[in-house]
Amino acid sequence: MNSNLNRAFVNRRGRVPRGNLELYSWIFMRISGVILLGIAVFHLFYMHFVIGVDNIDFMVVAERWANPLWRVFDFFLLLFALTHGMNGFRYVLNDYLHSPGFLVATKAVVFVAYVLLLGIGAFIIFTFTPETLTTALP
Amino acid sequence: MATRTVYRRGSPILEGLRYRGREGMLAWLLHRTTGLGVLLFLALHIVDIFTLGFGPGVFDELLIIYHAWWGRILTVFLLFGLLFHAVNGARIIIQDFWPKTWPYERTLIRIEAAIFLPVFLWGAYRFLLPLFGH
Repeated sequence: MNSNLNRAFVNRRGRVPRGNLELYSWIFMRISGVILLGIAVFHLFYMHFVIGVDNIDFMVVAERWANPLWRVFDFFLLLFALTHGMNGFRYVLNDYLHSPGFLVATKAVVFVAYVLLLGIGAFIIFTFTPETLTTALP
Repeated sequence: MATRTVYRRGSPILEGLRYRGREGMLAWLLHRTTGLGVLLFLALHIVDIFTLGFGPGVFDELLIIYHAWWGRILTVFLLFGLLFHAVNGARIIIQDFWPKTWPYERTLIRIEAAIFLPVFLWGAYRFLLPLFGH
């Protein structure tokens, strides 16, 4: 890379970023975008027009998740949507936060939120068992 | 930094309103705000689904956020956000990989609006029907 091109890619800490993370992030946004265009829009329309929001309750979710394929579908929806959204949020932070320290601190909070939300989401999708729960409750 | 001196001159919101970016600016602005909005909803949705773990009592009680009249109105915003972000994102991907379309961005955004608006209006109508006793 010549030095002029290098200067164009200097980040806020005055360094040329190593590796191709931003390239992979860009590619990921396009691929996950196309996938979400199918599955997220399908999910919204399916829940509203096939099942109907007023019909949704604990038992409907339990019946739906009795089929492991729906759990896999929901997991991939969660994974792609949350990663796409949090990466987009990172773009917004890069645009508007100018103090390097504050930017890093904010991104750290966003990353922790990402891991936590992905964790609790994946946990409930794969460990949910309505039978034991409904009998255990008073 | 150059961007900072521009912002210091006055309110960025007023500067933004004065800036006449037309379709491209509007699409960019809506892409950002709908993206952040859908992300906010997603966080809420993950937490409400997590309450399945506390049993049917807690979960069914919490579903008021989707069943109440104000929940239905908020869902129309979600439909707007998700649909617009999807259609506009598709346009961005097409333009990224097909440079010949770059001079026709305004036309593409108008085509995009022509696809988005009927689907959104139909969906919003269907979402809001139960509010009128249907």
